[in-house]
Amino acid sequence: MSAGTADLLEARDLARSYTVRRGLLGRPTAVRAVDGISLRVARGETLGLVGESGCGKSTTARLVLGIEPPDTGSVIFDGNAMPPSGTAAWANLRRRMQMVYQDPLAALDRRLAVGVQIAEPLDIHRIGTAAEREERVAAVMAEVGLQPHHVARHPQSLSGGQRQRAVIARALVTNPDLLVCDEPISALDVSIQALVLNLLTDLQERLKMGMLFVSHDLRAVRQISQRVAVMYLGRIVEEGDPDAVLHDPAHPYTQALVSAIPHPGKTTNRVILQGDPPNPANRPTGCAFHPRCPVATATCRTETPELKPRRSDGRRVACHIAHGEAAAARAPALLETC
Amino acid sequence: MLHYLLSRLLRAAVSIIMVVTFVFVVLRMSGDPAMVIMGADAPPEAIDAFRKSWGLDQPLWIQYFSFFEAVFSGELGRSMRDGRDAMAVVLERVPSTLALTMPAFLVNLIVGVPAGVYAALHRNSLIDRCVMVMAVTGFAVPSFILAMLLVLILSVNLGWLPSAGQDSWLNAILPIATMGFGGAALLARFTRSAMLEVLGQPYIRTASAKGLPWSAVVWRHALQNAAIPTITIIGFMLGGLVAGAVVVESVFSWPGVGRLLVISVANRDLAIVQAIVLMIAITMVAANMIVDVLYGLVDPRMHGQARPARR
Amino acid sequence: MADTTSSTAAAGGSPMARLRSLLERLNRMPILITIAFLWLVLMLTIAVSADLISPYGFTQMDLRNRLSLPVFMGGSWSHVLGTDELGRDVLSRLITSIRMSLLIAFGATIIGAVIGVMLGFVAAHFRGIVEQAVLALVDFSAAIPFLVLALAVLAFFGNSLVLFVCLLGFHAWERYARIARGLAISGRMHGYAAAVHQLGASPWRLYGRHILPNIASTLIVSMTLAFPEIILLESGLSFLGLGIQPPGTSLGNMVGFGREYLSSAPWIMLAPAFVITATALCVSLLGDWLRDRLDPTLS
Repeated sequence: MSAGTADLLEARDLARSYTVRRGLLGRPTAVRAVDGISLRVARGETLGLVGESGCGKSTTARLVLGIEPPDTGSVIFDGNAMPPSGTAAWANLRRRMQMVYQDPLAALDRRLAVGVQIAEPLDIHRIGTAAEREERVAAVMAEVGLQPHHVARHPQSLSGGQRQRAVIARALVTNPDLLVCDEPISALDVSIQALVLNLLTDLQERLKMGMLFVSHDLRAVRQISQRVAVMYLGRIVEEGDPDAVLHDPAHPYTQALVSAIPHPGKTTNRVILQGDPPNPANRPTGCAFHPRCPVATATCRTETPELKPRRSDGRRVACHIAHGEAAAARAPALLETC
Repeated sequence: MLHYLLSRLLRAAVSIIMVVTFVFVVLRMSGDPAMVIMGADAPPEAIDAFRKSWGLDQPLWIQYFSFFEAVFSGELGRSMRDGRDAMAVVLERVPSTLALTMPAFLVNLIVGVPAGVYAALHRNSLIDRCVMVMAVTGFAVPSFILAMLLVLILSVNLGWLPSAGQDSWLNAILPIATMGFGGAALLARFTRSAMLEVLGQPYIRTASAKGLPWSAVVWRHALQNAAIPTITIIGFMLGGLVAGAVVVESVFSWPGVGRLLVISVANRDLAIVQAIVLMIAITMVAANMIVDVLYGLVDPRMHGQARPARR
Repeated sequence: MADTTSSTAAAGGSPMARLRSLLERLNRMPILITIAFLWLVLMLTIAVSADLISPYGFTQMDLRNRLSLPVFMGGSWSHVLGTDELGRDVLSRLITSIRMSLLIAFGATIIGAVIGVMLGFVAAHFRGIVEQAVLALVDFSAAIPFLVLALAVLAFFGNSLVLFVCLLGFHAWERYARIARGLAISGRMHGYAAAVHQLGASPWRLYGRHILPNIASTLIVSMTLAFPEIILLESGLSFLGLGIQPPGTSLGNMVGFGREYLSSAPWIMLAPAFVITATALCVSLLGDWLRDRLDPTLS
C-alpha cells in the first residue's frame, strides 16, 4: 500500500444513487447503490472487490471508470481528476483504462469479426498504421491465447472462454494502465473459469497493470488480488491482505461469506445469515448489516461504524464489535470456530 | 394511477397544442391567412375586418395566442363557397359520417376478434389459412378498389344495391361493408398473433398441465391476456376508420365529413379544411387518451409507463 | 454458450458464407414467396424499362379507337389492355404509372426511414428534453391519420411532385424513430454499445458502425412493411384527385379516372387496381416472410 501520490487510481467518498419509481402512485425513491466508497489501486496492484449481487460492486466499477458521474466524491486517475463522461479528454483516457465484462457475448458486436473488434480501440484512438495495428492485434491475440485464425471469426462462433479472451484482448490492445474486470468469470463454464482467471493473473503480473477485480467469488479474488475489499450495501466493510482476510475475517459479514465457501472433506460451522437479503432502497440505520448480524448490539443499530485500522493488526474494518467498541451480543464462540 | 392519468392528460394536451401549432404554422407558411381563408376575391373591407378580428396586424406571438383563442371558441373562419361558418358546415356533416363509421367499427369488432381468436386456437387449420388470406387481402386491397369492385359486382352487374347517394339505408350497406372489411382483417390478424403469443406462454402450459379443461384455460387465461395488446390497436383502428371514411365517402358520394374534406382540399376551401383537421385531430387525441387510460385500467402491469408501441 | 442459433451464425458469417446462406434461404422459399418475389422483379423491370417497352406514348390519343375492348374481352391486339375514354392505350399508361408509383414509393420509404432513424438516434443519444420533444412528435403523428394530415398540407400548399414525395416520406417516420430509439437505448444500456462507448468511440462510430448495422434487419423489415402502405396511400390520394396531377399518371390516378367509366368500360380501372393490389400484397408477403427470417423479435 503505497502513499497517495503514487496511486494509479484513487476514489474518494464515491456515492451514487438512482431514482426508482415504485407502486401505482409512482413515488420516486432514491436507491443508494454506492454510499461513500474510498479505494485506491497502486500501479501493478490488483484490488479485489467482493460482495453479493446488488451491493454496488458494478456501480463502483462504472464510477471509477468515469462512465457515469458520482453524486459526490471524486475519482483521481494518475494524479488527475476524471473528466466528465463523453468529453474528448475522457475519451482519450480510455486507451489507458479498459474494462472486461461479465458477459463477453453481450460485450462484443455480433456483426463484426473478432479481429476487427480487437483492433477497434486502435482505430478509435488512431494508434499506428494499418500494418502496425494488424501486427499489434496478432500479438495481443497470441498473448491472451487466441489462435491466429480466430481473427476472422464472429463472436457467436467462438466458445465462451474464447469470447472472454477476445474481450480481454480488446481491452489490452492499447496497453492500458488500469484494467477493471466486472465479474469476468462468473458467466463462464466452471471448467473455463480457472483458465481465464490464470490468464488474468498472468497478464497482470507480466504487464504490470493496475487492476480492479470485481467478483462475488472470494476464492477467485484471493487468487488474483494483492488486496481485497469486501462490500456490503454500497460500503466497504473490510479491507486487507486476501490471505489474512480469508483466514481471519474480522467483520461478521466477511465471516459469513468465508464460512459459506465449501471445503471438501471438512465440516465447518457455517454462519447462516438471518433476516431479509439487503435492499439498497431501504438501508437499515446504523451498521447496515445489523439486522442480519448474529452479534449485533444496540450501538450497531444506531451508530454507523467507520472503516478504520484495527488496533491489534492494522486490518481495516468497519465494525463496532471488531474494534472492541461494543461487546458482542451473543454467540461469539460460534464465529470463532470457522 | 392518478399519476398515470395526469401524465396521459398532459401528453394529450401537448398533442393538441402541437396540432393547433401545426395548423397555424402551415397556414402562415402558405401565404396571407386573410386571403387564404376569405378567398382572393373577397371584398377588401371583409378582409380588413377579418385581419382585425384575427389580429393579423399584431406581432406573431400574439397572433399565435389569438389563434388558440379562436380555435377554442370555435371561430374557424367562413367557408369560401357559401360564406357560412366553417364549424357549422362541418358539424352538420358529422352525423352522416358517424352513420357509416360506427356500424363499420362494430363490424370490425364482431367479425375481426372472433375470427382472430378462432384462427389462433386452430392454428394451421383450413379456417386459419382462410382467415389469414382474408386478413392479408384486407390489407392489400385498398378501400377505394374494394369499394369499386363491390359497386361493379353488386350494383352495376347484379343491380342489388344502389351505388351512390344517401336516399335509404340500402345506400349505407356498401360503404359500411367496405370499411368493415379492412378493419376486421387488420383486427383479425392482430388478435390472432396476440392470442398465439399468449398461448405460447408458460402459464398457459402450467394451467393446462394442472388439469384445467382447455376451454377454461382459453377463457380464463388466454383471452384476458390477449385482450390487453388488442386494446392498444383500437386507437390505431379509429385512425383507419377516419382515413377510410375520407376515401369511401368520396367513392359513394356520401355527404359526410370525409367527402367534404376532399372537396374542400380540391377547392382550397381552407377554412373548412382547417376546421376538419382540428376536429379530427382533437377527436383522435381524445380517443387515444381514452384507449390509454383503458389500457392502464386493464393491465395490472401498468405502473405509470407508456403503453408499448402500437405496432 | 448454447444460444448461438443457426440463423444468427449465418447472418454474421463471412461474405461468402452470407451469400451461401442467402442462396439456401432462397431455395427454402415457399412457392407463394417465390411468386411474390418474381412479381416484384417484373414490376421493377417494367419501371426501369418503361420507355422501351410501352407500345404507345402514355398521352398519345387514338380518337378513332376510344374505349376499345381489351384482348381478354374480345378486343384487338393493337391495344392489349384496351383504350380509355380519349383513346389512350391502357397498357402504355399502366407501364408509365407503375414507374411513377414505384418511384414515389421508393423515394418516400427512404425519406421516412432516414428521418425516423436520425430522430430516433438523436432521442436515444441526448435523452432528456430532446427525447421528450421527439416523443411528443411521435405521439402527434401517431395520433392523427396520416391521410388527413397529408390532405391538409396539400390543401395549403397546392401540389407538386417533390412536395408529394416528401409528404409521403413523413408517413411512418415515427415507426422508424420508435424502433431506432428503443433499440439504441437498449443497446447503449448494456452490451456491445456500452462496451464500445467505454472504448472511447465517438457517437458517429457508435451509431454508424455498431448500432445501425445491428438494427438494420429490423429497419429493413419495417421498410418492407411501410412500402406497400405508401403505395396504397399514394394511390388513394391520386384516386381522390389530390396526388399526381394530369397529364402525369399513377396507378391510383388511373383507377380514379376509370371510376367514371365503371359501368361502361371497367377495364380502365381493373388493370391498375390489380397491379396496386398485387404489388402491395407481394411486398407485404415478402416483408412478413423476411421478418420471420431475420427478426423474430418484431411482432
